Amino acid sequence: MSKDQALIAYVTRMGDNAIVMAQRLSEWVGHGPELEEEMAMSNFALDYVGQARMFFSYAGELDGKRRSEDDICFLRDGWDYGNVLLVEQPNGDFGETIARLVLFETFYSLQLEALATSPATKLAEIAARAIKESTYHLRHASNWLIRLGDGTDESHRRVQNAIDRLWTYTAELFEADPVDQIMQSEWQGPDLTVLREHWHRQIDELLAKATLQKPEDGWMDSGGKGGHHSEHLGYILAEMQSMQRTYPGANW
Amino acid sequence: MYTQGLDQKQKKSAADPADTPERLAAFQARIDAEEKIEPKDWMPSGYRKTLIRQMSQHAHSEIVGMLPEGNWITRAPTLRRKAILLAKVQDEAGHGLYIYGATETLGVSRDDLVADLLSGKAKYSSIFNYPTITWADIGTIGWLVDGAAIMNQIPLCRCSYGPYARAMVRVCKEESFHQRQGYEIMLELCRGTAEQKRMAQDALDRWWWPSLMMFGPSDKTSEHSAQSMAWKIKRISNDELRQKFVDVTVPQAEYLGLKMPDEDLVFDQKTGHYRFGEIDWQEFWEVLKGNGKCNRERLETRNRAHDEGRWVRQAARAYAEKQAARKAA
Ligand SMILES: [Fe+2]
Ligand SMILES: [Fe+2]
Ligand SMILES: [Fe+2]
Repeated sequence: MSKDQALIAYVTRMGDNAIVMAQRLSEWVGHGPELEEEMAMSNFALDYVGQARMFFSYAGELDGKRRSEDDICFLRDGWDYGNVLLVEQPNGDFGETIARLVLFETFYSLQLEALATSPATKLAEIAARAIKESTYHLRHASNWLIRLGDGTDESHRRVQNAIDRLWTYTAELFEADPVDQIMQSEWQGPDLTVLREHWHRQIDELLAKATLQKPEDGWMDSGGKGGHHSEHLGYILAEMQSMQRTYPGANW
Repeated sequence: MYTQGLDQKQKKSAADPADTPERLAAFQARIDAEEKIEPKDWMPSGYRKTLIRQMSQHAHSEIVGMLPEGNWITRAPTLRRKAILLAKVQDEAGHGLYIYGATETLGVSRDDLVADLLSGKAKYSSIFNYPTITWADIGTIGWLVDGAAIMNQIPLCRCSYGPYARAMVRVCKEESFHQRQGYEIMLELCRGTAEQKRMAQDALDRWWWPSLMMFGPSDKTSEHSAQSMAWKIKRISNDELRQKFVDVTVPQAEYLGLKMPDEDLVFDQKTGHYRFGEIDWQEFWEVLKGNGKCNRERLETRNRAHDEGRWVRQAARAYAEKQAARKAA
């Protein structure tokens, strides 16, 4: 794989993570525990859509095949989606959505921080913009994790279950495949081993504040980056892509 | 119209002894002088009640209105449209919160108002009891429903109650964005394929009459809004607002190349207004009573969200109490 191919694949994956998170968070509209939280979730979803658009447009520019952001988003099937398994998992209850946000955003903030100095200047620019949003999402979700963990017995139990259930998807975040390796060596992408240590330190600290137990690493699932997804992604794409698939070539 | 233009007469409850003729006269003099009434000012109990009912219905409508549009966020046909729709739905949540806040200045709590919505006691605009079947419905809601909302809310910007008037100024700016974005969706559809045009016409066929109903019963049959008019809560009658809406919207439909689903619609050269057919008031009253396509679903959705969120709100409260206790210790 050439260094340019790796960059395209990497940028597309980042767009995939963002758009799948956007789809999941959008599901909260009309269903949140508080109006303020519905607004927060839709606000985060909007941020993710904005990020996905930047990543996809950039990927389209890079590969020179005249693919638009919409072509990349709506006209690829699951095996060409490279989002991590963590983001495609169903929302579960509010606690599980918060737990997923914390686990993912802790990783994503670190990833964006590393990319903000990449010699791929357009990627660095996008990362620098996204990092502000990501930091805010993480702060909001972390505060909720603490509230729920240290709230009532029920909220503690629910959010502990959520962390336990999602834990199996966290190792994939740090598995370096050839795309990650080339990104690190050629484009100053993150060293995932170092990033993993930072992630664990931050998560340890947060879980302690939330009076939650850190799960043991058991069997860890993975495959999303390589296009091997859970059953859930197919439904996300079927829903998201339905208009473009039903009315090919139309302008909206 | 988010309040259905239903100016029910206050039930003649025993007159509030605080409402002395002198006070009422002084209050009316302030209104007539176009002074704004502020939360701390004295006001007749009927004025307060009318405002609480109207403003809370307005807030409920903003919130319930998120459901039909939220129905299309995950299926928006492009990323740009998805972003615009998400931002719009977020605006509506903001309007709801803002108007609940303004209503609370009248001495009621948002929790109590929401409880009335969830129990079915309080109303919200019937327009949101109609389903969003296709993407064109999202365009049509922006164009017609936000368009009708603006028509009604522009005069509310001059409402005598300060907090409501100020809320409307802010809200109207955003609603006019929504209206333009909705119309832009329609333009794109009408310039598009045969299927897209069919989608646009179908949506207009379904939404036109319900959007006319948003202005409420005809002045001929509607109970007196004289008191609301005198108090300058309401400044323009239901029929007048409806006529204004028809007059601006018909040419917009023509520009799109769409046909209004009204055989009687004709421009009257003499008056300079469009004459339109009879509204199906039977349907209006049925949907208001609860017999619309989505009434039950909408309320169930809001109730489910409330019930499923109870443990979250309890946890937040418990945590806040623990924190307060820790600080005190
Ligand atoms: Fe609104
Ligand atoms: Fe409104
Ligand atoms: Fe609106």
